[in-house]
Amino acid sequence: MKALHQLLDRVRPNFQEGGKLSRFWVVFDALETFAFTPGHVTHKGTHVRDGIDLKRTMFMVIVALIPALLFGTWNQGHQYLLSIGEITTADPLTYRILEKLGIGAWKVLPLVVVSYGVGLGIEFWFAGIRKHAINEGFLVSGMLIPLVMPVDVPLWMVALATAFAVVIAKEVFGGTGMNIVNVALTARAFLFFAYPKQMSGEIWIHNVGASKVDGMLVDGYTGATALGELAGTVGKSASDPAVVATMAQFEPGGMFSWANAFFGTIPGSIGETSSLAILIGAAILIWTGIGSWRIMLSFLLGGLGMAFLFNLAAANAYMTLPPLHQVVLGGFMFGMVFMATDPVTAAQTDLGKWIYGFLGGALSILIRVVNPAYPEGVMMAILFMNVVAPLIDHYVVQGNVRRREKRWLSAQQQVAS
Amino acid sequence: MSRTIRIRKGADIRLKGRPTAAVVDAPKSAVYAIQPTDFHGVTPKMEAKPGDRLQAGDVLFRDKNKPRVAYLSPVSGVLKEVVRGEKRRILAVEIEADGADGFRSFPVLDPARASREQILEALLEGGMFPFIEQRPFAVPADPSDRPRAVYISGFSSAPLAPDMSVVLAGRLGAFQAGVTALAKLAGPGGVQLGVRPGDDTYSGIEGATATAFDGPHPAGNVGVQIHWTQPINKGEVVWTVHPEDVVAMGHLLTQGEYRMDRVVAAGGSEHPAPGHYRVRLGARMDALMGGASYSDRVRVVSGDVLTGTEVHPGGYLGAQHHQMAMLPEGKEPKFLLTEGWLSPGLDKFSLSRAFPTWLLPKSKEYTLDTNNNGEHRAFVVTGQYEPVFPFEILPVHLVKSILANDIDGMERLGIYEVAPEDFALCEYACTSKMELQHIVREGLDMLQTELG
Repeated sequence: MKALHQLLDRVRPNFQEGGKLSRFWVVFDALETFAFTPGHVTHKGTHVRDGIDLKRTMFMVIVALIPALLFGTWNQGHQYLLSIGEITTADPLTYRILEKLGIGAWKVLPLVVVSYGVGLGIEFWFAGIRKHAINEGFLVSGMLIPLVMPVDVPLWMVALATAFAVVIAKEVFGGTGMNIVNVALTARAFLFFAYPKQMSGEIWIHNVGASKVDGMLVDGYTGATALGELAGTVGKSASDPAVVATMAQFEPGGMFSWANAFFGTIPGSIGETSSLAILIGAAILIWTGIGSWRIMLSFLLGGLGMAFLFNLAAANAYMTLPPLHQVVLGGFMFGMVFMATDPVTAAQTDLGKWIYGFLGGALSILIRVVNPAYPEGVMMAILFMNVVAPLIDHYVVQGNVRRREKRWLSAQQQVAS
Repeated sequence: MSRTIRIRKGADIRLKGRPTAAVVDAPKSAVYAIQPTDFHGVTPKMEAKPGDRLQAGDVLFRDKNKPRVAYLSPVSGVLKEVVRGEKRRILAVEIEADGADGFRSFPVLDPARASREQILEALLEGGMFPFIEQRPFAVPADPSDRPRAVYISGFSSAPLAPDMSVVLAGRLGAFQAGVTALAKLAGPGGVQLGVRPGDDTYSGIEGATATAFDGPHPAGNVGVQIHWTQPINKGEVVWTVHPEDVVAMGHLLTQGEYRMDRVVAAGGSEHPAPGHYRVRLGARMDALMGGASYSDRVRVVSGDVLTGTEVHPGGYLGAQHHQMAMLPEGKEPKFLLTEGWLSPGLDKFSLSRAFPTWLLPKSKEYTLDTNNNGEHRAFVVTGQYEPVFPFEILPVHLVKSILANDIDGMERLGIYEVAPEDFALCEYACTSKMELQHIVREGLDMLQTELG
C-alpha cells in the first residue's frame, strides 16, 4: 500500500492551491481520506483517540442495510414473476432465484446509482464551495433513498427528489449533522406530495401497468400494496363484500398474511417489505451500538399500543387488524430501524429517545389508519417527530436543570437555618 | 467504616507499559524550571532576576492578581533564564541547580495547634497555594476564599496511573500533618479523602472523611468524587489538592523546608523502563525517560495520556503532573483495509462496539499511537459521551451551550462542577473528534471573566 500512497503523494500537488486541478481538491481529499486515515496526530487534549470515526459508523449502517437490499432485490423479481403468472405462491421461494435477482437488480441498481450519483455530486459541489471535507452522511442516505422507493418510479423523479432532499433538507442547514429532518424521508415525502399521481397505483410491481395492457396480468391482480388495499376499506361497512374480500387477504394463507408480511413476499417499496431482513439489520445496529435500541423498542411499543387501542375501538375493518400484523406492514419496521434512529434528527437525550420513539410509533399507526389519504403514515410520523425532537429534548434538559436548581435552593435553606 | 460509592460509568483504557512498583531515583537534572503556564490563569510578576543565587524555597515570582500567592524555586542554584514567548509571555523560569540542595528555612508549626491564619500564612509564604486548585473553574485557589470543603483524591484511575501506596511510602507522616493543616482551612465539609475500596494506604489517617469509590476511570477524578459526595452549587467553592502536595505541605509546616519531591509514574509502550521515578518538581523530562532520547517517532506526554501535555526536547515535567508516558507517534497514514476504518481493528482499543475490543479478553493491553483516527466532523452520533461521563450532567448539551457562548445555559447545565479533565474520556470516545477539553476550558474561562 506504500506504492498507492506514493502515487497519491505524487499527484497531490496538482490538486493543491495553485495546481491545475485545484478545483477538484475536494474530490481528491475525499478519495485520499477514504483510502487512508490521514496521519493527523493529536496535539490538544487527549493524546490517544478511539479508533471509531464517522466512516466506520456509517459503514456499519450500510452493512445493516444489506439484508434489506438483497431481499428487496429478490422480491422485486419475485413479485414481477408472480404478477404475470410465471410462478405461483405454491412454488418454493428459491425457484428461479437467479432470474428474480436479475430482474430485481435490473430495476434496483439504477435507482442506487442515480441516488448516489446525484446526492454525492451535490455534496461534492457544496463541499467545494464551502471548502470543507466531504462528510460521510450521504453514504447512508444514498442507500436509504432507493430502498424507500417503489420499484417502477421514474429515474428522473428519484434524481429530482434526491437533489431536493440533499439541498433543502441538509445543505441549507449546514450539511451532515446540522439537518433537522431525515434526508431520505424528505426525498420520499417530496415525491409523495409533488407527484401524487405518479406515486400511487401501478408502480409497486415492476411493469404491472404494461402487463395489464398486454393481458399478461394474472386475473384479480391489482398490484396494490397491503396498506393501499386497507385504505380502500375505510368508509365502508365491515360487512361490505369488497371489504370482506380485502380482509380475507390478511388471514393466514392470504396474500398479506402475517407470515408473508413478516418474511416480506408482498409488494411494497424496495427495502421495506421484509420485517425479517430489517430485523437482522436492527440486530447489527444494536449489536454494534450504532442504532439506538431505546428508539427502536419504544417505537415498536408505540405502534403496538396504538394498534391495540384501535382494536378496542374497532370502528371499521382496518382497526381490527391485530397489532402484531399492523407493525409488519408498510414501512413501519424500516422506518423504526433505519429512519427514526438517525442520530442527527432524533431526540438526543436518553429519556427523550424513549418519548420520541413511542410517539413516533403511535403516530405512524394513527395516521395510517385514520387518514387513508396517507397510507405511508410512518413517513409522516417520523418527519413530524424529527421536527418535535428538539422540543422533547428541551423538556428533558429542563428537568435536569430543575433538579440542579432544587439542590441549590435546599443548600441555600440549610445555610439560612 | 467508610462509605463506598459505586461509579458505573467510565472506562479503563488498558495501555501497554504499565509502571512497575519499583521506585528509582531519577538522574538529577542540571536545569529545573517552573512554567507559569502550568497554573491556569496566572500572570507572573517576577521577583528574582537572572543571575540571582537561590535556595529551594526562595520566591521566583508572584501572581499579579493575587500577590500573596508565591511561586518558589524547587532547587538551590542560580536563576538562569526567564524564557519568554509571544507578547513576552513568560513560558518558563529556569534555574541552574548547584547540586548543594540547600533549603531556605521556614518557621516550623504544629498544624494541630496552629490557628487558621497561621497555617494560611505559612502555606502562602511556603509556596503551597499554587498547588491548591479550586472548583469551580479548575484554577489555582484564592487564599481569601473559605472553601466549603477540601477534597483529596487518594488514587488515580487514569491510564498508566501511579500507585499511591508506592508514591506515598514513607511519607504518610507528612501527609497526616498536611491533612491536619488543610482541615483548619476547610469549612463545614472538612477534608474529604477519596480512596479505593480495600486499599489500606490511608488507614491510619485522621481528620479526613474517607469515602471509597469503586469503578472504572474517572472514579479517581476529584470532580467525580465531589459530585457523588456533595455536588458544588452555584456560589460555592471547594479546594482540591493532590496527595503528594499534601505531603509537601506537611513537610513544610513540620520541617520548615519547601521540598517538592515527586514520585512520578512513567510508562507507555515506548518507555524502555516503566516504573516510578523519584524527581524534584521542575525536573527535565529526560530524567524520567529511562535512558531513551527524544525522537520524532515517540510522543512524550507530561501527565496522563488523556489530559497531559506534549513535551518537546528540552522540556520539563509539568508542575501539576504526577505521571508521564511515552507513546508511538501516529504520523503514518493508515490504509483503510489494514489499519484504517475498514480494518478488523483487533489492535484498536475502542469504546464503540463497532470494533471488536469488547469481545476480546479484558486482560489484553493495547499499544495506541497518537493518530487522530479520523477527521473532525460535526456532532452526528449521540449517546456516546454519557456512558463515560459519571455526572448527572448532560455532556452534549453543556458542550453545545459553551460553543454557543451561552453563559446562562452553561451555568444552568452544571459547568460549575466540571473541569476539562472530566471530559477527557468523552473526548477519547468522540466519533466526530471534538476537542472537548479545550472547549470546556474556554467555557470556564468565559464564565470566570463574565463573573469578574
